[in-house]
Amino acid sequence: MIALIDYNMGNLQSVVNAFQLLREDMRVTQNPEDVRKADAIVLPGVGAFGDGMKNLDKLGLIPVLQEEVRERKKPFLGICLGMQLAAREGTEHGIHQGLGWLDGRVERIEPGPSSYKIPHMGWNNLFVKKDTGLFSGIEDAVYYFVHSYSFCPAPGEEESVAATCWHGKEVVAAVEKENIFGVQFHPEKSQGAGLKLLENFLSAVFPMAYA
Amino acid sequence: MLKKRLIVCLLWNNGVIVQSVHFRHTNAVGNALTAVDFFHTWTVDEIIVLDVSRIEADRSNFYQMIRELSRRCFIPLTVGGKIKTVEDMRELFRNGADKIAINTEAVRNPNLITEGAHMYGGQAIVVSIDAKKTEEQTHEVCIQNGSAATGLLAPEWAKTAEERGAGEIFLTSIDCDGSLQGYDIALVRSVSEAVHIPVIASGGVGEWQHFVDGIMQGKADAVSAANIFHFSEQSTRKAKDYMLSHGIDVRKPAYYTVQTPRYPEYKV
Repeated sequence: MIALIDYNMGNLQSVVNAFQLLREDMRVTQNPEDVRKADAIVLPGVGAFGDGMKNLDKLGLIPVLQEEVRERKKPFLGICLGMQLAAREGTEHGIHQGLGWLDGRVERIEPGPSSYKIPHMGWNNLFVKKDTGLFSGIEDAVYYFVHSYSFCPAPGEEESVAATCWHGKEVVAAVEKENIFGVQFHPEKSQGAGLKLLENFLSAVFPMAYA
Repeated sequence: MLKKRLIVCLLWNNGVIVQSVHFRHTNAVGNALTAVDFFHTWTVDEIIVLDVSRIEADRSNFYQMIRELSRRCFIPLTVGGKIKTVEDMRELFRNGADKIAINTEAVRNPNLITEGAHMYGGQAIVVSIDAKKTEEQTHEVCIQNGSAATGLLAPEWAKTAEERGAGEIFLTSIDCDGSLQGYDIALVRSVSEAVHIPVIASGGVGEWQHFVDGIMQGKADAVSAANIFHFSEQSTRKAKDYMLSHGIDVRKPAYYTVQTPRYPEYKV
């Protein structure tokens, strides 16, 4: 079972739809017990960094996430805000502490020339740096993005970056670090390339079933 | 580099998808789910569904249709029409909409843009503008399905919407709608140059070249059409092929089918 964490940060229906299409057993939950029992954890979400951490905290989910993901190495997929929360800290409306699994900060994208609009919204092509995990077998890596902030890895953490894209500057689009996967774009809204990516995540979770 | 987007606009009139000429609804096209299945397969980049029914009816049919539609739509889905409150927005997001579009109510109560943006993020709030050319060659914003002039000029209203927190502008020319003569380029350009948020051009496409014009001359970030996509095989795919071969960077067209659940489900 996959636990899809509902922490009141935006609409989860499209993520549910995508996993249902892949016929994966999933539970939309706010309950720490479900997170503990799950084979993998998906953290979606749209919104501000501080609100996201506050909501996780209010639901008492931070200790169980730390335990399951950091210590027990349970596969984790963060989508959009969910990926950003895995960082050490966020700078949206003040400095907020994140889950701290990735060393770096989440900062507002400040593209050079003004022709780059913020939010970075629409389909963009990726520069894939790791093509064996999430992006394995994906030829045309074009994904749907909607965000104004992005993860900036600290020195030493660049190794975790799995893909980037260009929006006036290089923007981190995906990370892979042991059991921690994160995507800044929306795979559930990126048609074939997105569903294939979710399938690749599932095959990391259930290597036998998806081999 | 961010790609230009090709968007299908579906007009929902009491249960059927219709075509529109100068905001009058003409022939029925058919079922929304079938339409979405086809356009999804032909790699369109986004889908906008607008409830254009003139009668005030129970909304549950519309919500149910959106819910079913979102289950088979793995690209962004914008929903608009008859949205008056943040509760209406919540109901649509709950049923699977990714963004919502507001028009008449945004003009009457601009605070709705701010409230919506605060609750769901600016990226989820699209302000839809219907504009008509005036004798002075400017463009006036009209509301209530284009029937009531407001005295607002399109670029100024777009700027206000942006300041209020809108994430995108969906811009339709009432004069060009259904004309097959192309976008009102002056209108698209004046609004695109007035705001920093993406502008979607709509109304008047009669041939694929009009999409190229909307982006090259109108400076639109995305181009949309309704009528032209119905009744021809692989329409959106062909439109994208044309755009690519004319130097527009769009997501490559490819066949993509999903085995979506049938509705209603038949028990055998």
